[in-house]
Amino acid sequence: MLTSEQVNRVAHLARLALTEDEKQRYARQLSAILDYAEQLANVDVSHVPPTATVLPVRSVVREADVVNQLLTRDEVLKNAPRSDGESFEVAAAITESS
Amino acid sequence: MDYDIIIGIETHVELDTHSKMFCTCSANGFGAEPNVHVCPTCAGMPGALPVINKRAVEFSMMLGVALNCSINQHTFWERKSYWYPDLPKGYQITQYQYPMCYDGYLEFDVRDLSGGWNEQSYRKRVRIRRAHLEEDTGKLTHAGRSSYVDYNRSGVPLLEIVTEPDIFNAHEAYAYLSALQDIVRYLGISTGDMEKGAMRCEPNMSLRPKGTDAFGTKVEIKNLNSLSAVRGAIAYEAKRQSAALDKGEKIRQVTLGWDDVRGVTVVQREKEDAHDYRYFPEPDLPPLDVSDAWLDEVRAQVPELPIAKQARYQSEFGLSAYDAVQLTNNKAVAEWFEKGISAGKDEGPVHPSSFILHPFAKRLANFIIGDLTRLMNASGTAINQIKIKPAQLLGLAKLVEAQTINSNTAKLVIEEMFNTGAEAQAIVQAKGLAQVSDSSVLEKTIGDVLAANPKEVENYLKGNEKLLQFLVGQTMKASKGKANPQMIQSLMKAALERRRL
Repeated sequence: MLTSEQVNRVAHLARLALTEDEKQRYARQLSAILDYAEQLANVDVSHVPPTATVLPVRSVVREADVVNQLLTRDEVLKNAPRSDGESFEVAAAITESS
Repeated sequence: MDYDIIIGIETHVELDTHSKMFCTCSANGFGAEPNVHVCPTCAGMPGALPVINKRAVEFSMMLGVALNCSINQHTFWERKSYWYPDLPKGYQITQYQYPMCYDGYLEFDVRDLSGGWNEQSYRKRVRIRRAHLEEDTGKLTHAGRSSYVDYNRSGVPLLEIVTEPDIFNAHEAYAYLSALQDIVRYLGISTGDMEKGAMRCEPNMSLRPKGTDAFGTKVEIKNLNSLSAVRGAIAYEAKRQSAALDKGEKIRQVTLGWDDVRGVTVVQREKEDAHDYRYFPEPDLPPLDVSDAWLDEVRAQVPELPIAKQARYQSEFGLSAYDAVQLTNNKAVAEWFEKGISAGKDEGPVHPSSFILHPFAKRLANFIIGDLTRLMNASGTAINQIKIKPAQLLGLAKLVEAQTINSNTAKLVIEEMFNTGAEAQAIVQAKGLAQVSDSSVLEKTIGDVLAANPKEVENYLKGNEKLLQFLVGQTMKASKGKANPQMIQSLMKAALERRRL
């Protein structure tokens, strides 16, 4: 069973604010999911190459490095919650990114 | 106490593709109005799907080949999740478990501050741990209680190159980055302009008492936008940290920023909470397989690199290390020089006594490094824009080698060639600049000079031999600089000696 602290950490990483009820419910549900996936530990996969997908598709690339501008800035900024007409405006981001 | 400084460097290089890594927006947004190169994919709109830019993959493999790396022929993309407004999807598409390139090295020369080679110079090898392909983030501008986001840069292909901790001082860091910059420019995969953010490097460094094994606390330095800033910041930190350690203080694990104006490092953030990036395979992109044939094609696109060129110029053309470096710093200059060389490759030595591997290499090199560079700098012209063609400069070299003109005259001729694009031979003929080597003509000029300077002749014969140079100078002047100086020297001496008899 996940601890409430673990649930808090996952919720924080996803920027979710959870009520006490939700925390307990998600602890149960997340634990069930992990237990289900844990069954894979019983399978010998030592001869299976690391698999990122089960689909056969590989190496789909854009052959021509050609510019095609799909949207104007006005169209792009229509999706901005706030903007100054040039940029997306967000609450001051004070810590540096990595 | 004496300390060892141990440095590793992470360098982000923006690849110079036309379009972005995963969409068709322009990747060349530097200096553009905000958000004019943005689409649903690079703005992180739900439902938008990325498609890999093949050229960016090729560029990253080219760098891998140049850095002697192994290339992962089976790789897939992963999501690196963190929240920051410059990252619109909430994750960055990157390579984690299987970087495009791994386990390579870069060899370069560590020279003195002016780029010259002296007895303290040496060849250095830095191991490359990995180079992986990813997408760049947007740009933030902070103003009061808001930040403004420009996504022009979001999704520009970015190659992150990580070294092993093999760098031991500020000079080596400078030399490593400058060699890396030369290579990306030679490959044509990036402008490498640090001032414009096309190449951004983050050294991490730690100190430990000499002779000990355990690594000290590591700090990271950011915000370095020139090679000299890198050198300055590392030198500053080495001094600051050794002084702190001498006083028994602890080094804190922090990220530092470099203040270029004040010449100091400033704490940007404490590195207490380690990030939890939750890497997992990118479900929107299929894995990438690189066939042997594709890899061979890419290998064939990697040109001869500066350090190999330098070695070849020395062994094949007999140039000095200094000349070789000067000619290979810039790929366009090296190519120009080589065109001049190949224009004259079928000719044997003109001067039978001269032991040279290529008859005109040294003269061509001197003209390029000296007069031509001076003329290009003064007029702000790049070598592929100038009027002189490589074969024409070779023509000038031949005239000097054949003693048709002397080297003083050559300076005048190259300037005229630079301004007009005319052939050296034509200029020499039109202006009557050919060196006079006809001894009867020279004898006559010498006779005139001796007649005009009886006092100097008398004093010379009395033992003041320094006056020989004066008389030679007078003769050069009388011939308007066209006389063959070696011939004047010997003819003048003979003429004077005859007067003793």
